[in-house]
Amino acid sequence: MPENPFSAMRQSIVDGAPDTASDLAREALASGVAPLEAINEGYVPGMHAVGEEFARGQMFLPDMMASAEAMRAAMAVLEPELKKQGAERPNAGTVVLGTTKGDIHEIGKTLVGTLLTAHGFSVHDLGVDVSAEKFAAKASEVGADIVGVSALLTTTMRNQKGVIESLERAGLRARVKVMVGGAPVSRKWADEIGADGYAKDAMSAVALARELMEAKVRLAKSPVLESA
Amino acid sequence: MRPKFQLLDGALVERILGEAFELIENPGVRVAPYVVELLQAAGISVRDGVAHIPEPIARRALHSVPREFFLYDRDGVASVRYGGDAVHFDPGSSCLNILDSETQKARPAESSDLVRLVQVAEMLPQYAAQSTAMVCNDVPAEIGDWYRLLLVLLYSKKPVVTGAFSATSLHLLLELLAIESGGSEALRLRPRAIFDVCPSPPLNWSEFASQNLVDLARAGVPAEIVSMPLAGATAPVTLAGSVVQHAAECISGVTIHQLAQTGAPIVWGAAPAIFDMRSGKTPMGAIETVMLDVACAEVGKYLGLPTHAYMVAGDGRVIDAQVEMESGMSAVLGVLAGINMISGAGMLDFLACHSIEKLVIDAEAIASAQRLIEGIEPCTETLATAMFAQTGLSGDFLKLKETRALFRKEQHFPSAVIDRGFAHSDDATDILKRAQARVEELLAAYERPGLLTDRETEMIAFARRESAKVGLAALPGIQCTEEVATPAK
Repeated sequence: MPENPFSAMRQSIVDGAPDTASDLAREALASGVAPLEAINEGYVPGMHAVGEEFARGQMFLPDMMASAEAMRAAMAVLEPELKKQGAERPNAGTVVLGTTKGDIHEIGKTLVGTLLTAHGFSVHDLGVDVSAEKFAAKASEVGADIVGVSALLTTTMRNQKGVIESLERAGLRARVKVMVGGAPVSRKWADEIGADGYAKDAMSAVALARELMEAKVRLAKSPVLESA
Repeated sequence: MRPKFQLLDGALVERILGEAFELIENPGVRVAPYVVELLQAAGISVRDGVAHIPEPIARRALHSVPREFFLYDRDGVASVRYGGDAVHFDPGSSCLNILDSETQKARPAESSDLVRLVQVAEMLPQYAAQSTAMVCNDVPAEIGDWYRLLLVLLYSKKPVVTGAFSATSLHLLLELLAIESGGSEALRLRPRAIFDVCPSPPLNWSEFASQNLVDLARAGVPAEIVSMPLAGATAPVTLAGSVVQHAAECISGVTIHQLAQTGAPIVWGAAPAIFDMRSGKTPMGAIETVMLDVACAEVGKYLGLPTHAYMVAGDGRVIDAQVEMESGMSAVLGVLAGINMISGAGMLDFLACHSIEKLVIDAEAIASAQRLIEGIEPCTETLATAMFAQTGLSGDFLKLKETRALFRKEQHFPSAVIDRGFAHSDDATDILKRAQARVEELLAAYERPGLLTDRETEMIAFARRESAKVGLAALPGIQCTEEVATPAK
């Protein structure tokens, strides 16, 4: 065990070093560190640091992918132990993700999914060329908090609106937040189609997902809703 | 001497092609069921939807591609030459938004916007061809492909760079073009349009792209492969690696196309970009994107094929110094590379937005670039001494007959969009205002080309029939329907 194991865990995420991250997780468990403590004190601060560095333009998408990979490696060691102890990592929110019908581009969407997972969200990735109805069906099946719809083409971004309409038809819109993204997508477009948020890149998608979850929690606690 | 810009030497091109031939055999190229039988009949193994194309078959296909062909205008004049070092420009295509002329803010484009853009492009000689430049948001998406083409055909006589977003719509576009040309055979002999066909990176010919390749080849209508490697995302991060992938996608596309119809016209085209590692965007104005465009075209030219690239687009969201710096720079490099058709003018915001004002500014950059490739030629018997013999050291060259005879050839005269201190420029000190004035001037001078003909009547009848199928009663953007409905006897 390093002298400061949590700092080393954090650094393994910043370095994007999956082998180091999983080794440190194993060593921590062997020396009696609680898995949740390792996650919250070591690895999650690493992801936060990565997010901050990315926002400052000091880290880039390939660095972030490597950090997410390191996070996944650490979690692969820690999660089974968590389950054994009857605990689990708190779910930051359940997200259904996909690229809209007619569009087979998946880089942006996959990146968002990777980072959301690394930040504690439970992500259900439907892949590419996904129909509006499939988004709604999956959201209903998994009790999604958020549906994220990606589109890389100007011709397919219009289908993002169809996903919102499909959620409305399925009676899910009141409880499912919708965020949209993709190269041609803008905040104005998101407003036009009635989405709850627009993320210009993968890291801001994580920040947006957190905001949307906070809004959901606030709404759930609101006396108006309780009395409704 | 015509100036040229080159990024690759022969040895590197050979390496690029060598690896591209390796890639199309292993791992191979994903293809759609539509072409499996065609490929297998030629001796190409297709397993689990992946074609493994042997180099000799691909080389035969490359060899059978016409080295040169023409696009024809409405009057049947061959006005765009694909081949050699001919260079032409057309506006960027299939854009969803327009930068509103008055507010200079992006909004969804409509039919009337496309008509305005076509009218302006029609008046600018820098654009040898039109494009189906915008998606018309006031028209149902199901008929969007042919509707865009209809508008261009009605308002322009220039050749058209177009494309279909589905296999079904391709046939409607071909039907429309055949009406305009006077039949399918006339269309094949004198094609008015060329169709962009895009593989999905990496190395994937989707259902509709595969089908478009085959159907265009059989119709004898030119196809333009627009391969779009995104360096670092859907293609290797190295520029050379992305050029290899581009070559593999083009070679495999050419193979499918030529197997469908040997000798059908096809273009080695490209819309590559780097993948920005901070934003995840695909900057069209980045110098590395431009380098990819040039390098991809160089490989095509090395094979002797007609070429295309996506350039003259900027990434800023308004008309500003960044957008025009990027657009002008790529226009210059595009002409120096001798790319046959350069698409993209007028576009900004990562190809998400079109601007008619930018289109007229880009025309000035294009005109300068076109002047550049005329180079410096000795056009007098002595270069300078004979003129000095007349003026001595007085420096009075303005009154020489050579000056008057040759200044128009030696100097390009931009429009009032470019501030050269000419009187008219004083009225508008910024380029946007000058561009807006130029757009209005061009629109005022525009006249719809040609007379109304039976063919136009038939095109409108086609439009009414197809529009009715999706419940569209009116034909947005078309002001000539009344005239067409009652043709002169």
